[in-house]
Amino acid sequence: MSEAAVSHYLAEYDRFRDVLAASWPAQRRADALEYLKTHGFPTRRAEQWKYTDVSPITRRKFTLGKSPGAHIDDAPVEKLRFSRLNCHELVFMNGSFCAELSRNLRLPSGATVCALQSNGNAELLERYFGNEEIGHAFTALNTAFLNDGVLVHVPDGMEIPAPIHIIYLGGREDETQPSSMSHPRNLIALGRQASASIIETYAGIPGSEYFTNSHTSIQAQAGARLDYYKVQQESRRAYHIGRTRISQQADSRVDCHALSLGGKLARWDIDAELVEPGAEINLNGLYLTSDRQHVDNHTLVEHKQPHTTSNEHYRGIMNGRSRAVFNGKVIVHEQAQKTEAHQSNANLLLSADAEVDTKPELEIYADDVKCSHGATVGRLDENMLFYLRSRALDEDTARSLLTYAFADEVIRDIRFPEIRERLEHSIAGELPDTDLIKEFMQ
Amino acid sequence: MTDETAKVEELVHKEYEHGFVTDIDTDTVAPGLNEDVIALISAKKEEPEWLLEWRLDAFRHWTRMAEPAWAHVHYPPIDFQAISYYSAPKAKTDGPKSLDEVDPKLLETYEKLGIPLHEQKMLAGVAVDAVFDSVSVATTFKEKLADAGVIFCSFSEAVQNHPYLVRAYLGSVVPASDNYYAALNSAVFTDGSFCFIPKNTRCPMELSTYFRINAANTGQFERTLIVAEESSYVSYLEGCTAPMRDENQLHAAVVELVALDNAEIKYSTVQNWYPGDENGVGGIYNFVTKRGDCRGSGSRISWTQVETGSAITWKYPSCILRGDNSSGEFYSVAVTNNYQQADTGTKMIHLGRNTRSTIISKGISAGKAQNAYRGLVKISKNADNARNYTQCDSLLMGDTCGAHTFPYIETGNAGAIVEHEATTSKISDDQLFYCRQRGIDEEDAVNMIVNGFCKDVFKELPMEFAVEAQKLLNITLEGAVG
Repeated sequence: MSEAAVSHYLAEYDRFRDVLAASWPAQRRADALEYLKTHGFPTRRAEQWKYTDVSPITRRKFTLGKSPGAHIDDAPVEKLRFSRLNCHELVFMNGSFCAELSRNLRLPSGATVCALQSNGNAELLERYFGNEEIGHAFTALNTAFLNDGVLVHVPDGMEIPAPIHIIYLGGREDETQPSSMSHPRNLIALGRQASASIIETYAGIPGSEYFTNSHTSIQAQAGARLDYYKVQQESRRAYHIGRTRISQQADSRVDCHALSLGGKLARWDIDAELVEPGAEINLNGLYLTSDRQHVDNHTLVEHKQPHTTSNEHYRGIMNGRSRAVFNGKVIVHEQAQKTEAHQSNANLLLSADAEVDTKPELEIYADDVKCSHGATVGRLDENMLFYLRSRALDEDTARSLLTYAFADEVIRDIRFPEIRERLEHSIAGELPDTDLIKEFMQ
Repeated sequence: MTDETAKVEELVHKEYEHGFVTDIDTDTVAPGLNEDVIALISAKKEEPEWLLEWRLDAFRHWTRMAEPAWAHVHYPPIDFQAISYYSAPKAKTDGPKSLDEVDPKLLETYEKLGIPLHEQKMLAGVAVDAVFDSVSVATTFKEKLADAGVIFCSFSEAVQNHPYLVRAYLGSVVPASDNYYAALNSAVFTDGSFCFIPKNTRCPMELSTYFRINAANTGQFERTLIVAEESSYVSYLEGCTAPMRDENQLHAAVVELVALDNAEIKYSTVQNWYPGDENGVGGIYNFVTKRGDCRGSGSRISWTQVETGSAITWKYPSCILRGDNSSGEFYSVAVTNNYQQADTGTKMIHLGRNTRSTIISKGISAGKAQNAYRGLVKISKNADNARNYTQCDSLLMGDTCGAHTFPYIETGNAGAIVEHEATTSKISDDQLFYCRQRGIDEEDAVNMIVNGFCKDVFKELPMEFAVEAQKLLNITLEGAVG
């Protein structure tokens, strides 16, 4: 099946090669196709894909989506904007940049925030992202079909106060069109002591089937500070494969908030490496699944130098016949003494048919370290329920509140109140008995 | 008689040159593995036809299987055709003639473990003199067990004397085609232990391979089968704290436990095989498949292991919690020093309702050793109210060793509660300082802290074993600090 899929994508590449962005070196596309040809798509035999079967994706023949025409329906985009938050907003439909819908793109001089297509800054691309390995069939696919995305470059010492919000909207207007795919690529480079906040939102036209294969690379130089959010709320029939690669230099700090709410089959890899002393990364994640959703979160944190810190906190709530997968891996290399790495993963199963497979891993080659991980799977605590019931809350309300509180633990530390509120509402919207929770949140 | 008829006569009487069964003088079969060798092993042991078929079936599976490569261990490829798969118990004359000929280092270790002199001789492989007659000791125990109705004998004896029991349970927990090394073991196993506890019986003593030490040289492919019938109890000790003389590099054992309704099996292991020298040369490869089947409701299986030896350990004692209300436990201390590598852990498969499992794993890594915990907790869809608690802690001594944790948790039942906790750190300077300040020298302080670290596991061991295990730990880690 994998061969059929590979040959489909090779043919697609030949069909579209002339329309793909010219600024991306042809050699890298060729290398990526070569990788795809030799490795094919992963199967469940590969340890990294043990619990996630990608054949629903490889079975379907996705094709590159058309650029949005004159009739852009901006209603779904409006819903995704942060109306009260002053932010720089870039909007993409089916992987192509929509200048008309994007707004507030004026930034302090020297900083670059733009669509890749419009900026052929090959020098910047080469400098920061020139030697990225592929290592992953879907990264190869993204590299080969790279057409658009966002380039963020913040020069040394600069702070961008307003968050940068990137909206990717997928889907097709009617069922007669073939299912589309998009391969957005985001390249984020922060100079020394630079700081920024970036939000990636992935959403789609409800009920439509499409495939998003995103890839974000983040480079944080010494002392840089990045607040990074990724909100995946794709349509319930969509396929989402994402990968975020983070490389951090001395004393830089990245706070990453990962929210997986939508998609039929969603997988997200975060690969972070702390390559200089003092680097710190905080990974917060939340995944909510219901019906027949399958959501897979993989994180990998590599401590390569001494005095590096990582904190990871992922929570998941599973309902319906859904299945969630969590795999968190921390590697402490030999030189990385005085490392501190903590990881926790908590899961709540709400229905008898839901399933969760979690695997927190530690690989440690240095001795002067403090590392821990914990994982739990369980149901709502009877004592907590009793407490609420004894205070005259009915059972459903009590359950909903506790479920919401379980999820809220991950997002309550978010810095921007507008973002936090939005997330709280979307989470409440995903949970059973939404109305009850909302009533209490007033 | 004409020339011609003489020739014919000669041909008729000449022995067949290309016989299927090679009758050789020595008790060791030439290296190599094929169906003939397996047939030979089976014939030598006078096994029934069905067992030979079972072995051949396992062998055929094995030839189609690939050697597993997923474990976090590295070693040069094993040439399975270079191993001799059958050798009768070695003649005592091979061994050293007296303790003077034994490696002084080994003796030093015995001294530290406080092993009586006659036992030292036996362990070192010295021809045992008349002073210590292990056979008679064993016989006394045998009578006591027979009174209780317990069958405890070598596997070969069991095949001869209790073929129905063996046939009913052999391979019912670890099927012949289970994994690469289990298949190899099923094809070529030479001996092992068999233990059967009848209904409503509490085994009057702790069973130990130590009692049949005269027959302990069961070779590298050992097979153990323990069956506990309804409401019975047995505690079984495997191995021995003292280092054993051993020439085999590859050990692939299989242990199967079956617990019926309300039965309880407690299986304790102390493994202290040759770990190789300081430079990682030599040492035993210990690739073991151990699995217990809590078949009946309310049954209980508990694994306790202290792993200090072997160059490479690859071992996952598991419990299948099939019966409702059954429980499984796993307590482990794995110590690696120098170039030792251990990839060990457990599997708890919850199938029945109200099943419980506890996993306590302590890994200690020193020198250039790599120590990995790999575990699976699986709660199947029907395992309502299943409960698991896992704690695995690693202690690192020295900046060139590694400690790894690979827990797999698969939960398919909303009523389950699963907890997993793991920590990794070194002995804290504060703890050391506290001890040193009170006049305890560094080595003792480290021993004390390490023993405290392992206490949760040691307290599960039978008492004499626990004391020895502590001493053993100190010896293994000797020189790892300071």
